[in-house]
Amino acid sequence: MTDHPLRIGFIPLVDAAALIVAVDKGFTKAEGLDVELVREVSWSNVRDKLNIGLFDAAHLLAPVAIASSLGLGHAKVPTVAPFNLGINGNAITVSPALHAALMADLDGDPTDPMATAQALGRVVAARNKAGAEPLTFGMTFPFSTHNYQLRFWMAAGGVDPDEDVRLVVLPPPYMVDSLANGHVDAFCVGAPWNSVAVDLGVGHILHFVSDILLCAAEKVLAIRQTWAEKNQDVVTALTRAHVKAAAFIEAPENRNETAAILAKPEHIGVSPEVLLRTLDGRLKISPDGAMRESSRYLLVGREGAGRPDPRQAAWLYAQMVRWGQAPISPEAQKIAEAVFRPDLYDAALGAAPSASSDIPDGVGAFAGPAFDPDNIAAHLAAFEIAHMKS
Amino acid sequence: MPAEQSPKIVIVDESPIRAAILEEGLRDAGYTDVQHIREMQNLLARIYALDPDVIVIDLENPSRDVLEQMFQVSRAVRRPVAMFVDQSDSESARASVEAGVSSYIVDGLKKERIKPILDLCISRFNAFSKLQDELDRTKSALEERKIIDRAKGIVMKLKGLTEDEAYVLLRSTAMREKKKIGEIAQSIITAAELLK
Repeated sequence: MTDHPLRIGFIPLVDAAALIVAVDKGFTKAEGLDVELVREVSWSNVRDKLNIGLFDAAHLLAPVAIASSLGLGHAKVPTVAPFNLGINGNAITVSPALHAALMADLDGDPTDPMATAQALGRVVAARNKAGAEPLTFGMTFPFSTHNYQLRFWMAAGGVDPDEDVRLVVLPPPYMVDSLANGHVDAFCVGAPWNSVAVDLGVGHILHFVSDILLCAAEKVLAIRQTWAEKNQDVVTALTRAHVKAAAFIEAPENRNETAAILAKPEHIGVSPEVLLRTLDGRLKISPDGAMRESSRYLLVGREGAGRPDPRQAAWLYAQMVRWGQAPISPEAQKIAEAVFRPDLYDAALGAAPSASSDIPDGVGAFAGPAFDPDNIAAHLAAFEIAHMKS
Repeated sequence: MPAEQSPKIVIVDESPIRAAILEEGLRDAGYTDVQHIREMQNLLARIYALDPDVIVIDLENPSRDVLEQMFQVSRAVRRPVAMFVDQSDSESARASVEAGVSSYIVDGLKKERIKPILDLCISRFNAFSKLQDELDRTKSALEERKIIDRAKGIVMKLKGLTEDEAYVLLRSTAMREKKKIGEIAQSIITAAELLK
C-alpha cells in the first residue's frame, strides 16, 4: 500500500499494546500493511522523528500531539489521531515515608482522591512550617496526562503544584530508582513502573489515575496531518488493524497471549506476570501484598475507548491553559479538538460505534464542576489554584 | 575561532568516547569552554551548576525528556531554553536527528552562533557512528575468520585434507548451497560438537 514499510515509533509501555499486537499478530499484515516497529527511549525522540518524517506514525502522549498541532514548546506540526491507544493506565506511587505521613493525616477513604489530596495539603503545610525541603513529584513529560493528573489531584487539596512542591520530569525507566534513592517522593507514571516499585518494596500505589478522572485519553496513534491526507487508505487500514488488535487484547481468553507478546524483549521486555496485572487491572498496591482491582485501570478498546473523543482533547487543552502552557483562545481550542478524529475512526469501521462511555461530560473528574468544553474560561474559573497566562 | 567570547557548551552523553570525540572537535574549532556530563542523576541541577549557553545531548539518552522541562516557565527553571530546531531549517533538523544528536540553546544566544556548533556536532556524531560500524564489521570479520579456521581444522582431520583443500571444499559447498562460507563453517562446528 506504501512504497516502503511503515515506520512506527513507540515507547515500551503497556498502552502501546494495540500497536504492538496489531503488528505482532498480523492484523496490520491482513490489511496489506508492512510495518516496522521502532522502539524509542524518549518522548522527545518520538515527537521529533514523527515531525520530520522519520516515522509515519507513533505511539504518542495525547497532550504532545495537541502541543505539536498548537506549536507549543516546539515546532508546529499539525497532527491527527484516528485511534486512541489507551484510556487511563497511570498510577500515582509514593515512597513508604510519604505514604505513612499521608495515612497518618488521612481523614477518609484512602482511595478517595479528595481525602488523600487534603492529607497531602496538611503534610505539605507541616513540612513548610518545619522548614523541610518541598516534596518532589516525578512525571514523564511537561505535556503529559501524568503532569495534569498530578496537578489536578493535588490542587484539589489546596496544594499549588508550582509553588508548594516540585514537579520534575523523569524518564519512566529511571522513576523507580529515583524513588528508591529519595530523589523523588512520589511519581505518576504508566505501567509497568508502578508495579515494579511495589515489587521492589520502594513504593505504595496511592491512586489509579481513574480515581482522579474516570476517562482520560492517555496515548494516541499520532500521524502528521499532511501525511494522513495524502495516505487516507493507509490511515484507514492502520486504524482498522488497531481496532481489531484492541478487541483481541480485551478478550479475556487472549490475555495470556497478549502478555507474552508484550513481554518480548524487543517490545516491553518485562515479565508477562507484571503485564497481566496491568491488563487485568488487578495490581499489588503495597509491598505487604495488598491488592486492588479496578475495571477502569486501563481501557484498550472497550467502552469505545479506541474512538478519539474531542471532549477529552478539550479537557487536556484546558489543563494546558490552567497551568500556563497555552493561551486561552477559541482558535487554539478548535485546533486542539481537531487532533482527535472520531471521523477517521468511524471511516475505518464503516459504521458508527455501538458501545460508548456513559460518562456525561466525557471525563468524569473527582473535583470541580462537570467539564464544559463550550466554556473553558468559566469552567477554569471554578478552580482556585491556577497559573493562567495573563 | 569565534570572534566573541566562546559560548559555554555542555555535552550530555553517557558514552565517554563519543563525548571525547565531540569535545576534541569543538576545541579544535576554537570553542574552549566545553564540559561533559556523564551522570544522569539530578541532571537539571548538574546543568544549572554549569550554567551553559548551549546543551548538546545524544538521542539514545532517555534524559532528553528532562531537558524539555527547561522550556517551561516555572519555579524549577532558571533560564528558559529552546531546542535548536529552526522551523525554516528542516534540513538541519533532519540531519541532526539522523546523526543522533540534539542541541538546546539557553536564553538569548544568537542562532547564527549555534549553527556552526550544531553542524560540527552532526559531523562528529556521524564520524563516531562510522567508526562504530567499522569496529563492528572488523569484529565480525575476525569472528568469521576464527570460525572458518576451526571448521578447516575439523575437515582436515576428518577427511585427511590439506589446509588449501579443506578451504576449497568449504568454499565450493557454500557456493553450491548459496550460503556464506562462514555459515557452512558454523554448521560444521555445530555438527562436530553434536557428534563428539
